[in-house]
Order: sequence, then C-alpha cells, then structure tokens
Amino acid sequence: MLTGPEIASTLAELGVTHVVWIPDSTLGGWEAALAQSAALRLVRVCREGEAWAIAAGLHLGGSRPIVVIQNTGLFESGDALRNALFDLGLPLYAIVGYRSYLLPDSTDTARRFTEPVLRAWGLDYVLLDKPVNSAARLAEHYRACQAAVRPGIALLAEGKG
Amino acid sequence: MTTDQKRMSLLPALQVLADWRTDEIVVTTMGSAREWPKLSRHPLDFQYIPSAMGHAPALALGLALARPDRRVLAFNGDGCTLMSLGSLVTIAASGATNLSLVVLNNGIYEVTGGQATAAAGVPTDFAALARAAGIRSVAAFDDLNEWQRQAATVLAMPGPRFVSLAVEPVVTGYQLPVPTPMIEQIVNFRCALGV
Repeated sequence: MLTGPEIASTLAELGVTHVVWIPDSTLGGWEAALAQSAALRLVRVCREGEAWAIAAGLHLGGSRPIVVIQNTGLFESGDALRNALFDLGLPLYAIVGYRSYLLPDSTDTARRFTEPVLRAWGLDYVLLDKPVNSAARLAEHYRACQAAVRPGIALLAEGKG
Repeated sequence: MTTDQKRMSLLPALQVLADWRTDEIVVTTMGSAREWPKLSRHPLDFQYIPSAMGHAPALALGLALARPDRRVLAFNGDGCTLMSLGSLVTIAASGATNLSLVVLNNGIYEVTGGQATAAAGVPTDFAALARAAGIRSVAAFDDLNEWQRQAATVLAMPGPRFVSLAVEPVVTGYQLPVPTPMIEQIVNFRCALGV
C-alpha cells in the first residue's frame, strides 16, 4: 500500500517530527526508512498505550508526533487514547494497520470491530485501501485534521497482520 | 512491598525534590498530584489529572524528547508503575538523558481507598526492575535523612534516572485532588514552555 520511503517522505513533508510505534508485519516494512530519515525520530514503545501518552507529551512540548500501531493495539490502548484525545483534547494523529481488511471472508474479530470502535469514539478516519494515491490521501486527511485541530486516524488496509 | 518495609513520610520526601527543583518540568499524577501543589506552584508543573493510569512516565518521556533543553521530573506511584512496567524499557531505550522518574512506593492503590496492589506482600524491588530494564542511574531510599543527603547527587547522575522512594500512605488523603481544568492547564503550561 505504502512503501517505507513513501511514508517517510510523506511524514517529513507534513512536518511530523516523531513516529511513535509498534509495528505489525505490514508496518514493519517501513522501519528502515523511518529509522534512517533525518527528519523523523522513531520512538519504539513496548505497548500501544504508551504510544498515545508519549505522543501527548511530545505534542505538549511542541513537537508533531504521529502514532503508528495495528488495530489490535488500538483496542489495547483505548484508555490511553481516550485520555490523550478527549481528556487532554489533543489533536493527535495515528496510522493504524487494519488487519485482515483485504481478506473479505475473514472472520478476524480485529477486522470486525475496528471501524465500529472508531465511530463509537467519534474519530475522523480515512481508509487507505487502494495502492494508488494512498500517500496523497493520507496527507490530505492529516492536513485537514490538523487544520481543524482534531484527532484523526488513517486506517491502512492489510492482509493478515 | 512487604508490610515491614521502612518508609518515609510522603510530604518531607517530596520537599527534598521541591528544594532541589529550579526550572524543571514536573509531571505529577495520582497521590503526587495531590501533595506536590502543597509545595510548589510553578508554571512548569503539569498535574496529569485526569490521566491514563500508568502512563505518566510515558507522557513525561514525550516531554523530555520534545524538549531536550529542559530537565523533566516525573512522579509515579507503585501501582501506576506496575500497570506499565514496559515503560521502564521504553525510557531506558529512549536516550532521554533529561528525564528523571521518581516512584513513590507505598504498596497500595491510595486514591481508590488504600487497596493492596498485586505486589503487596511480595518483595518487589522497583529499583532492581528499573536496573534490569536498562536504566543505569538507579537509586532507592527508605530513610529521609539519607534521601536528603543523596538527592542532589542522584539527580545529577547520567539520565535517564530512576529513584524509588518507600513512602507511607497518606491515609487521610484517599482521594484525587481537584485539578486545574485540563484545557486551562495545557494552555498555561505550553505558554510557560514557549510553545
């Protein structure tokens, strides 16, 4: 969907300073490009809840972080997300790997619950499910969320993660 | 923490840090957010309430990474620490030399009414956990005089730093403080940081 160099250059162009992440097997392909980017600092965390809190601290300190996790980690990190986005009211942005989205017959519950959960939280999200223009659509959605000072999510369609 | 653990009174233990502090960012949560304002009213105090329990060190790490020009002091409870032990590894790996994490270890979930943590009755050694996670500058104190004597030295060690303070529960304080409204707090805090 997006190569490492594509995502690294897109995030750099958007002014992102820190990528706070736990990879899955799709997102993991970005690691080398993210780690080697002069514009980005890759922050590796142990559990996804940490990612939201670190991103919150980065934002409070004047940086422009982005969270990169899988949808399973999105579920795990619900309380940290709730706190950062709604208690603190921070316009944080995340790229979330959408495990099993590309497998129409999948019974993966991570696939089933992802969008309903985002809708329940009232989060603005974009689905990146086509190989073409994914970087441009991500950039457009990121800029729109930042301009509106609201959080946002880009769901990156994956096979089994 | 076992029941026979020697402990300091909380407020004097915090007073040591209030006396040491100059222009550091200070992140408090849970019991520390209730007690620290009795000692400090500084524009760079961030009272992390409401919080995501367990994540004050992570929020402080984010601040430390965003502002390498400033020292960041974060308080956490032992119950909070147990909720995100992986943060010790994240902090160790971060290279945030400007971060100090102080765990106030009273062996209970204080703000919910004093229930035992999972570590109650177990000789859980938070300093050893921090050291094993890869944090090199680690210290632990259960005696106020020793803490007073050593604090400046400990806080000058190469960061990130971890300090475990065995403290007595504040039995009469079994509640969270009423915080400054978060939106107001964030505006004032970022203004003080020049963001």
